[in-house]
Amino acid sequence: MRYLPHTQEEIEKMMARIGVSDFEELFPTVPQDCRYQGDMEIPGPLTEWDLDVHMEDIRAKMKVGPKYKVLIGAGSYHHNIPAIVPYLTSRSEFLTAYTPYQPEMAQGTLQGVFEYQTLTARLLGVDVANASMYDGASALAEALLMTLRLGKKKKRVAVSRAIHPHYRQVIAAYFQPTEFEIVELPFNEDGRTDLSSLTRNEEFAGVALQSPNFFGVVEDVESAASMVQDCGALLVSGFSEPLAFGLYKSPGSQGADIVCGEGQSFGIARSFGGPALGMFGCKDAFVRSMPGRLVGETVDLDGNRGFVLTLATREQHIRREKATSNICSNQGINTITAAMYMAALGGTGIRKLARLNYDKAEYLKASLVEAGGELVFSSPTFNEFVVGFADDFSKKQRVLRDEKIIAGLELGRYYPEFANKYLFCVTETTPKAVLDRVVEEVKK
Amino acid sequence: MKDAPGTSGLILEEPLLWEKGKKGRNGMSVSASDVPAAALPEDLVGDGPDFPDLSEVDVVRHYTRLSQWNFGVDTGTYPLGSCTMKYNPKVNEKQAATPVIAAAHPMLDDELCQGTLELIYKLEKHLAIITGMDHVSAQPAAGAHGELAGMLIIDAYHRSRNSKRTKILMPDTAHGTNPASAALCGYKPVKIESGKRGILEVEDIRQLMDEETAGIMITNPNTLGLFEENIREIAAIVHEKGGLVYADGANMNAIMGIVDLKKCGVDVLHLNLHKTFSTPHGGGGPGAGPVCVVSELEKFLPYPRISFDGSEYSRDYNRPESIGRIHAFHGNFGVLVRAYSYILTMGAENLRMASQLAVLNACYLKVQLKDYLHLAYNRPCMHEVVFSDKRQLEHKITTLDIAKRLMDCGYHPPTIYFPLVVSGAIMIEPTESECLDDLDRFVAVVRRITMEAMEQPELLTNAPQRFKVKRLDETRAARQPCLCG
Repeated sequence: MRYLPHTQEEIEKMMARIGVSDFEELFPTVPQDCRYQGDMEIPGPLTEWDLDVHMEDIRAKMKVGPKYKVLIGAGSYHHNIPAIVPYLTSRSEFLTAYTPYQPEMAQGTLQGVFEYQTLTARLLGVDVANASMYDGASALAEALLMTLRLGKKKKRVAVSRAIHPHYRQVIAAYFQPTEFEIVELPFNEDGRTDLSSLTRNEEFAGVALQSPNFFGVVEDVESAASMVQDCGALLVSGFSEPLAFGLYKSPGSQGADIVCGEGQSFGIARSFGGPALGMFGCKDAFVRSMPGRLVGETVDLDGNRGFVLTLATREQHIRREKATSNICSNQGINTITAAMYMAALGGTGIRKLARLNYDKAEYLKASLVEAGGELVFSSPTFNEFVVGFADDFSKKQRVLRDEKIIAGLELGRYYPEFANKYLFCVTETTPKAVLDRVVEEVKK
Repeated sequence: MKDAPGTSGLILEEPLLWEKGKKGRNGMSVSASDVPAAALPEDLVGDGPDFPDLSEVDVVRHYTRLSQWNFGVDTGTYPLGSCTMKYNPKVNEKQAATPVIAAAHPMLDDELCQGTLELIYKLEKHLAIITGMDHVSAQPAAGAHGELAGMLIIDAYHRSRNSKRTKILMPDTAHGTNPASAALCGYKPVKIESGKRGILEVEDIRQLMDEETAGIMITNPNTLGLFEENIREIAAIVHEKGGLVYADGANMNAIMGIVDLKKCGVDVLHLNLHKTFSTPHGGGGPGAGPVCVVSELEKFLPYPRISFDGSEYSRDYNRPESIGRIHAFHGNFGVLVRAYSYILTMGAENLRMASQLAVLNACYLKVQLKDYLHLAYNRPCMHEVVFSDKRQLEHKITTLDIAKRLMDCGYHPPTIYFPLVVSGAIMIEPTESECLDDLDRFVAVVRRITMEAMEQPELLTNAPQRFKVKRLDETRAARQPCLCG
């Protein structure tokens, strides 16, 4: 077996040195009634070439392959990934290293994560960003738990119904064993969260929105921040499409206290939803309540700049049950990936790319309305929007599917009132001809 | 020549991203628009982030230089205890990166993504067989996430029996994530002191376990590298009082095909695919932490569950007693692909052999080093062995000094100062990936360092000397935090 380097001769030599005569004698402390009986019934071993064949069989069962134009985002977006990104992230000095607990030997990871934190903070408009969480959903759940740590005796949080339904499910799971209560906030006809029910008496520790929200609608974060903060609560502004902040004002610059969401759009493949990247940032004042790892700048014995993991007294390996979270990792290589992507795109490039995404989505939006579709929400959007159709669109969706176009996500499963309404997503990867073909089918 | 980049051989200087570049450069092509420009909602539009503009060459050189300041498993021996830094096969990377897998959208209807569903389903089955457990969910995104899922399951189990329990038993050798995960579920950890033998003693559990206690979290083999040989009796006591047994599978690499965890009395277990199943650690993540349960607890597993009716795979959301969803989609699918590839490449016999060789390697290091470093517990070890700096302290040399000197000698240091029950712990896990020649070279280096500790201690206290930076001031980093450039 090519991963196991021992020859029989070496095994015997080592056993002789240890003083055992077979493998069985290496496990004297494992009681007989704990032992595995018989052989494990799993397939293999496969050679590299047989594995290729097996995996090709599995891949062949995917009806929707890379040649399809998938006009669905909903938290997982198709953006072009420059060749340098997978090339550089596959460097095994990054990929096969552990968490940088020995900083002198891991300055590559540490400087890379420090740069990620900085670019992320600039993107989100916050003072500080951490080294990342698992994904946008768990980041949001952790952010709400953080508001409860900061809100001392408060026991409630409010969560907008326009947040990704899966993210709300994750929040519910994280909150299940706690004594805390989650109140759902409805959304208005324009697709924005209705905050009118908030009052100081409600004693919310935190209020969570998503902007752009699940419907692609850009929330009025600035007004929301002042309303929420007037009620004595913290505003958590989530997101699933960070490219939006190449065009729209960042949530932090509009007053959000905690900004967190999904960073998959930045150079990370969709890969059936993971691994992804939970971006997480906040105002300076809250840093010590933050979950997750942080990399900080320092100096070495000679006064030269270097980077280390820091403020670990918040974390589980030091604080154990009193830690701010149980998280013991970050998304490592995906943070480096996102930083590379942001670096390659640059300030000029992200503006241009965000505008291109905006224009393309607006083009499809306007064309569908012109073709008879009904725009469900009037507020400005980014990349995604919801359209309803007078007749049954599912048949047309099927026709388009045969042409390798997946035309939108039907929303009835997530919002019963929006049955036969479709969430469309358009990015720079969808040519105009594909958009025109969808519109043509709608017109039929 | 202080300003030249090459001040230390091939370790080149490299500034921070925003200290280089020029406005107007670009490192990624953006297509020209093929649609008309749309009107912008001016009141919402901002200035865009202040990112540096870099060329493609700027970016490539930047990250290439950064990578050269790092040490990975592919660079050399990485005997980091409890982390299982085994070789990460390249064929797994290739499978995860294939366009069909990389492009799979997580919200597609079941009929459109049968391949990805099949892979998760089969991986879950294989992991059940390898551990002896009945059912598996591959949704948790990391070991600690798997622990959280497991504790949520234990909480859901007790609630389903209209019982509210407040405590959980926790050995003092546990990873820090264990008490932190339990605390997220409102359980107060009750510390169990390790006995003289470094393992849990039945009497201690009998005294501590009561009907207010939800169960016990056990790492087996434990973080001292010792097998908890009383586990079945301990499990019986916990079960008798209505509690459940949680096993942290961080050290599964010692026992594949050797121990059946269900037979040990374990009810809930998490695995670390980035340890036992060879997926890369990525400098901190992403990993994957599948949670495994016995049949009675299957109904509590996270949804969606993936099922197979003999012809079609589907996602089942109708799971009224489930703990719910803990990841936006299906967990770290790309990591699952790698682990699946590894399991198939190895097959049953080689997986078992991997565990046997991992234990053989650790036992060999124990024998070869125990006359040079103090052995914390002189008992049969499994896949890792814990020493300490007790002898070197006589010469004012600490574990940290030994670790830093090892770096200068071309090794990643072992895990240090953990587990907490061993003062100045040096926890060595060689894994099965290291061949005898490499182990012998490591032994020779460690022995020499213990000599240096007596004869030339400054070689240790001034280490490391051969890296881009010398010892870093961690106190300053924490006292005057600079987290953003």
